[in-house]
Amino acid sequence: MYSYSDFDEAFVRARVAQFRDQVDRRLAGALTEDEFRPLRLMNGLYLQLHAYMLRIAIPYGTLNPSQLRQLAMIAERWDRGYGHFTTRTNIQFHWPRLVDVPDILAALADVGMHAIQTSGNCVRNVTADHFAGAAADEIADPRPYAELIRQWSTDHPEFSFLPRKFKIAITGAPADRAVTRSHDIGLRMLRDAGGAPGFEVLVGGGLGRTPMLAQVIRPFLPEAELLPYIEAILAAYNAAGRRDNKFKARVKITVFEHGLEAFRDEVEARFAEIREGFAGVDAALLASIRASFAPPPLAARDPAPFHAALARDGAFRAFSDTNLSPHRHPDHAIVTVSLKAHGATPGDVSADQMRALADIAERWGHGELRVSHEQNVVLPHVARADLPAVWAALKAAGLATANVGLISDIIACPGMDYCSLATARSIPVAQAIALRFRALELEHAIGRIKIKISGCINACGHHHVGHIGILGLEKGGVESYQVTLGGDATEAAAIGERAGPGFAHDEIVPAVERLVEAYLALRDGPEESFIDTFRRLGAAPFRAALYPREGRRDAA
Amino acid sequence: MSRPFTPAVVTASDLRGGHVVWLAADDRWVRDIAAAELIEDEAHAALRLLHAQSQPLVVVGPYLAEARRGPHGPEPAHFREIFRSRGPTHLLPGPGPGPVQPAG
Ligand code: SF4
Repeated sequence: MYSYSDFDEAFVRARVAQFRDQVDRRLAGALTEDEFRPLRLMNGLYLQLHAYMLRIAIPYGTLNPSQLRQLAMIAERWDRGYGHFTTRTNIQFHWPRLVDVPDILAALADVGMHAIQTSGNCVRNVTADHFAGAAADEIADPRPYAELIRQWSTDHPEFSFLPRKFKIAITGAPADRAVTRSHDIGLRMLRDAGGAPGFEVLVGGGLGRTPMLAQVIRPFLPEAELLPYIEAILAAYNAAGRRDNKFKARVKITVFEHGLEAFRDEVEARFAEIREGFAGVDAALLASIRASFAPPPLAARDPAPFHAALARDGAFRAFSDTNLSPHRHPDHAIVTVSLKAHGATPGDVSADQMRALADIAERWGHGELRVSHEQNVVLPHVARADLPAVWAALKAAGLATANVGLISDIIACPGMDYCSLATARSIPVAQAIALRFRALELEHAIGRIKIKISGCINACGHHHVGHIGILGLEKGGVESYQVTLGGDATEAAAIGERAGPGFAHDEIVPAVERLVEAYLALRDGPEESFIDTFRRLGAAPFRAALYPREGRRDAA
Repeated sequence: MSRPFTPAVVTASDLRGGHVVWLAADDRWVRDIAAAELIEDEAHAALRLLHAQSQPLVVVGPYLAEARRGPHGPEPAHFREIFRSRGPTHLLPGPGPGPVQPAG
């Protein structure tokens, strides 16, 4: 993976020193809270419901074992022994003290990490396919481009004060595992007729209050034009984006209000102006970055031990069925480690588990780890022959839950258990759903389904693109959960439709259960997944299951 | 006629530690809402809030939160304040919150 250059190192160290001084000045009274707040946010430090929260960037979700061990150390020394992976593939510590944060940032800098641009109206952490560099269906590893964008956007003077935050996602494969259409800019790798790589460029996606799917602004952008084109989009948005209304400030609204054509004209005009200025510097940089993403040497390995374990052990077979994905090297597999043990908090990982994952990645996974936007951890390169050993080691760390892609593999934002913006809790809902379906022993029969839960309209839990989306709101002084149906986060992206009135906290799990029962009764056999059944039949039968009393009233 | 004043407590976050605190009648910042001062008079509430706002080196973001009189002292009225007063409601990995440490 990419390691810090002297420039990166000096830059991050300077920021740590700067922030240490800012904290000192705040504590001494030289800075007011109003002056200090934007400074701490620029370093990823929020003040949440119960405590400060430090959000640390994990660029394109890629981590190495020493970084993960350092995160474990930080969790134990300065926090409460765990961290939380987010849907932006960052990690959050939920309990740091302000007085300790400069030391935490210094410890992060020791392993090439920081919390810069994890907040504020700037270009946020660029996310990428979590199977990058390993997936069997990939055109090219998207991470060198993501790193190029990271370097270009870090402290970019023109884009440090955008109308609103700006999120970019990139995938190198036709299967979209990075939810590109929910981003301000989505990039999908393609090849042109001559086989040259480039990108389909999408713009104006976003969830939150006004969910929209990104639209194609450029069907094919040659690879060499990536940075000037992105810069042109940012420049057009920076000039035209609304600064008068926070809720209308994202680029999706700019595109919507101006129309895609007019916005495209602005972008292309700007692009024509600045393109020359890049003069190949970006290409040279990309070439040097690419070298640090060279794939690990993967030798041919006889997968016999894998097949023997499959035949021998039902639990291992269950794990293999759900948690493995095809690797481009046939003797290898991609392992998704579920952070969704039934009843656990989605995305939470204890310090011991971090160390276990670091050890496993080092011993059997070429030292590579990824964080997925689905709040799981990925070991991208594991020889099939080593899978039984990897599984045993994961099991010992409480990390072998065989549920990836199933109903208990739920995305949930921190919600009102941590977040000061929340209108309701999300974590306990996720825990209750997972426990309920385990108790029913229906999980495997139900098959592939995505439930996503947000604790407020900001939609950090991606509820709009869940097959079943759950949004926690406040209604009449209590928590109320609104259900959306039919969302999709893949290349077949769709925004779910609101099903009807909300459910109280103690009604939401039974409501989900009714939905799932309806699906099981309606599906065209076990091969037809929830979303496929929904697409075939529409929302009506699912609505009827959600609101049975209304149906009876109508019939009466 | 003006609306009757809803009883409240003054609450904030501790500047250095970030943890939740409430203002007690004797001006201490306490970590248990039951030890906070329940304010039932609007003018007094304004004064207590001003007092809190005058301590920017101790607390961040003080505000009045609705509360009611309970058997052991003030109790939060809104569910958000209930969660704020008790900590996360889900099962935590690792050692968990445990006893609250005084912030240094
Ligand atoms: S969706 Fe709302 S409650 Fe959940 S993390 Fe985002 S801002 Fe907080």
